[in-house]
Amino acid sequence: MKLWKLLTATAAAAVLLATPAFAQTRIALVVKSLGNGFFDAAAKGAEEAAAELGDVEVIYTGPTAATAEAQIEVVNSLIAQQVDAIAISANDPDALVPVLQRAMERGIKVISWDSGVAAEGRQLHLNPSETALIGETIIKLAADYLPEGGDVAILSAASTATNQNAWIEAAKAAIPEKFPNINLVSVVYGDDDSVKSTEEARGLIAAYPDLKAIIAPTTVGVVAAAQVVTDQNLIGKINVTGLALPSEFKQFIDNGASQAVALWNPIDLGYSAVYLANALVEGAEAAPGATLSIGKVGEVTLDDTNSAAMAAPFQFDASNIEEFSKIY
Amino acid sequence: MSDTTVTARQLPDRLDNPLKSAVLSWESLLVLVALGIFLANSFASPYFLNAWSLSDLTFNFTEKGLIALAMALVIITGEIDLSVASIIALASTLMGLALQYGADTPTLVAVGVGVGVLCGAFNGFLVTGLKLPSIVVTIGTMSLFRGVAFIILGDQSFKGYPKEFSWFGQGYVGWVISFELVLFLVAAVIFYVLLHRTVFGRQVFAIGNNATAARFSGVRVDRIKFVLFCLTGLMSGIAAVLLTARLGSTRPSIAEGFELDVVTMVVLGGVSILGGAGSIIGVVLAALIIGLVTFGLGLLNVPGIVMTIFTGSLLIVVIALPILWKMWKERRA
Repeated sequence: MKLWKLLTATAAAAVLLATPAFAQTRIALVVKSLGNGFFDAAAKGAEEAAAELGDVEVIYTGPTAATAEAQIEVVNSLIAQQVDAIAISANDPDALVPVLQRAMERGIKVISWDSGVAAEGRQLHLNPSETALIGETIIKLAADYLPEGGDVAILSAASTATNQNAWIEAAKAAIPEKFPNINLVSVVYGDDDSVKSTEEARGLIAAYPDLKAIIAPTTVGVVAAAQVVTDQNLIGKINVTGLALPSEFKQFIDNGASQAVALWNPIDLGYSAVYLANALVEGAEAAPGATLSIGKVGEVTLDDTNSAAMAAPFQFDASNIEEFSKIY
Repeated sequence: MSDTTVTARQLPDRLDNPLKSAVLSWESLLVLVALGIFLANSFASPYFLNAWSLSDLTFNFTEKGLIALAMALVIITGEIDLSVASIIALASTLMGLALQYGADTPTLVAVGVGVGVLCGAFNGFLVTGLKLPSIVVTIGTMSLFRGVAFIILGDQSFKGYPKEFSWFGQGYVGWVISFELVLFLVAAVIFYVLLHRTVFGRQVFAIGNNATAARFSGVRVDRIKFVLFCLTGLMSGIAAVLLTARLGSTRPSIAEGFELDVVTMVVLGGVSILGGAGSIIGVVLAALIIGLVTFGLGLLNVPGIVMTIFTGSLLIVVIALPILWKMWKERRA
């Protein structure tokens, strides 16, 4: 019977695949979808943390389609496997709540990271960064290369973009105290559209001849501005900076249109998520005000909603853009 | 095994017999596959043979399976309904809207099921009233229904469904037997009787084999097709209630991609995609197999993409097998 042979072979192969882990802490890193460079990098960081902690096994998993329904099936199978902790970047803040509550009822520690779950569906949430830190960082990125100070302008996304507006407010708040010689001359909006962003960048350069830096806290705007600076031969006169994807932005670090940009570091994010999940498994209490270690990245303090911010955005410059452009 | 039955049951009517025996052996093959996967799962993971694991497993297919039951009938008549997932989205969204106006649990269920039936009736009207091809109609309504849900909700979500309502998607009738599973089994029995034990069911097969001949035999083809589209709408509405209750929230992207999973179940269950043949037992077994495969591979933490490849291959094998078997038999004859 061929079928039987096939079945026994499959079963045998499956047994070999499923090497059970003994007396180990098993932490599942659940991502929005597999095959995404950002999350693969996070998994790399998670493995790093597991190696440091010892006795921790990381299960890197997630659905193929980035839907809440598919993620629920993944969580269900993790509950059945009786993992010790689930660290999830959720496809939906609400739809995952019932299944994650069930996981917690069965003694599994649940944290969310990157993309959060509503407070009742997890014990704590790890944000890559927070508004004040981001606002401060985008100014610092420009100020670091302007020892004498000077005029800078912001090229944002849509004027209604909640994230960007909050960051710009935080940036404005940080300037008088921490960067007194930086003069923010204008905020324009490119709507996260390449053409509009290009026009707005040209407009800024024409309107402010003394402009020393363009800060674009959006991945679309920052590329458009750097392209304009390159095309108009203003490299060395105007420094473009902001939040950028290393893979998209590498050429502008290479050609000098930009000194440095920043974004969340997915490796550190996965690393910190595993540290926090492990801390909960070891009995740490997730309560407002609690301070938890995230290894080499530092430590986090939980706020009123048990959320924490990992760190300021991670800086990419000539020294590390090569490495990170391969990741995301 | 199947070889001997074929020779033993050779009847003079050459058109009917091979088809019937193929359907018969098809289900036994599915039982074998299901048992095989069950065994493989038990060997592969120490966590599989556990009452709660097996109970959790059923959530992987109950909602889609409910729709597949009705979809099987539609496909047997030679039509298809690709809008089922979007019906879920619209029904769920309108339930959420009703909730904002203070609807209680019975009203919510009524809204969900009612919207499902209305959407199905709309499909049925376009197909039978305006004589449009069902694949075109339902690709259109697929965008239309979900589009309306997006207009109502945007990037927002509805939540805060009452606790009694969540029971439909998260509750247990007893021990580890979920309400969803019981509902699926009851529906399977009803659909079995409807398709295999009633005149209506015979007429469904007749339409699928030859709609013109059926019409000349006095079968009210359009009316039956209209009823079937309402029926898939109804099952989608019920699935919307279950899924919304299970997720405890509504987003316009709810149930995205379900339609292909449902069609996969139906085809894997041995229903001919060209119409005219199929059985409810096959569909139920196929739903179970898909649940076993996805959950089993999930327990081994096999990446989702491998699962997709696995179900894809399963589907191709399923469609190719009868054809290969027929070719092999013809060569022997």
